[in-house]
Amino acid sequence: MRIVAFILASLIMMTVDHRQGHLERVRSVLTVFVYPLQYVANLPVTVINWVSESLTTRAGLVKENTRLREEQLILSSKVQKFEILEAENERLREMLKSSEKLDERVLIAELLAIDLQPFRHQIVINKGRREGVYEGQPIVDANGVMGQVVHVGPFSSTVLLLTDPIHAIPVRINRNGLRSVAVGTGQSHVLQLEHLPNNVDIKEGDLVVSSGLGSRFPPGYPVGIVYNISRVPGEPFAKVSILPSAQLEKSREVLLVWPKLSPELPSNFESPLDDPNLLDDLDVSARQ
Amino acid sequence: MLNKNTGGWILFISLLIAFLLTALPLPHWADDWRPAWVAMVLIYWCMALPERIGIGIAWCMGLLLDVQQGALLGQNALGLALIAYFVIQIHKRFRLFPLVQQSCLVGFIIIFYLLISSWVTGIMGIPPKTWTYWMPAISSMVLWPWLFVILRDIRRQYNVT
Repeated sequence: MRIVAFILASLIMMTVDHRQGHLERVRSVLTVFVYPLQYVANLPVTVINWVSESLTTRAGLVKENTRLREEQLILSSKVQKFEILEAENERLREMLKSSEKLDERVLIAELLAIDLQPFRHQIVINKGRREGVYEGQPIVDANGVMGQVVHVGPFSSTVLLLTDPIHAIPVRINRNGLRSVAVGTGQSHVLQLEHLPNNVDIKEGDLVVSSGLGSRFPPGYPVGIVYNISRVPGEPFAKVSILPSAQLEKSREVLLVWPKLSPELPSNFESPLDDPNLLDDLDVSARQ
Repeated sequence: MLNKNTGGWILFISLLIAFLLTALPLPHWADDWRPAWVAMVLIYWCMALPERIGIGIAWCMGLLLDVQQGALLGQNALGLALIAYFVIQIHKRFRLFPLVQQSCLVGFIIIFYLLISSWVTGIMGIPPKTWTYWMPAISSMVLWPWLFVILRDIRRQYNVT
């Protein structure tokens, strides 16, 4: 019977896909067929955005321009301070003979506005293996860590967000360096810190940053803010909820990060950020 | 015998549109109500042309759907292949049912399809948490008569056999 063969094939594929990574190549090839469809499904949103952008009035544009100029001024003044601090930090580190650098290579990717499996928190971005994206690559936005790449196709990749129920990220509390793991809950605005004892030193409003342990996420990126701690005396662990810093549901552009601890990029790969003209266009303050 | 395989492109386009509707972004409140478009269109073609659209095509569509949705490879493929098998088994009776009865049956088939998906995700450790997971069965049931009439008219118009 054919149906039995197909059922068996499905079961075998699901098992292999769940337990091992052998099917990533199959998935990557199939993505080539699926990506055009996703692109078309995304088109209405792109067109609406384009139309609303082209119909913006001159006054609106001038206003936005002024706002952006002001923002730029503030940011560049902050960068000045940051550069001095960075130089100082480097000098101090040299004195301590530890050469850790925070510089990372980044690339901007756009989200495709398409819906994936319900009850999972995944997104599709328009950069793939062609641009040097790899499985497990961290994704950040302007405010913090968003998630990591789980499937890479030639032109697109699927990203698992922090809030997905099977996602976990090693973190530490910025105030006192306390280490923990933040796991997704499946709700779109809540992460939870695992295995923190009831008497732990943690307060509402504490900033949680990535710790860099696990060699997947770069250290020092904001993950979220602690907003609720419930200490039940009978329970072994405190229940600590954090609000993700990244705009997980609103960002339209995300940054792909190549941390220093990642495997080397393919030698023929050229990031647009290597091109100084483009760098000016993108206005990304990431330096090699 | 000559025009045995006419209108293949109609089949292709209808499945393509179902695929696009599955990926199309919806507002948050409507997201839970998204009908299982690919499953519905497959049910129609398996009923109308069981000798052309079979388990194999259903399985391949399911696999593409898995890639699109970032699901486990084979999750939707299994569900859609089983749907195709079931509908082909009963296609002669199915055609004779009045529309309301067809709708109810489609609702049950979609529930079965969702059940298989929930088993798979449950084994992975992420079972659906809220009852809204089952909403697609209701919306598919409600939309079935329209889909049926539209696809039937298209099939007659373009003489898809």
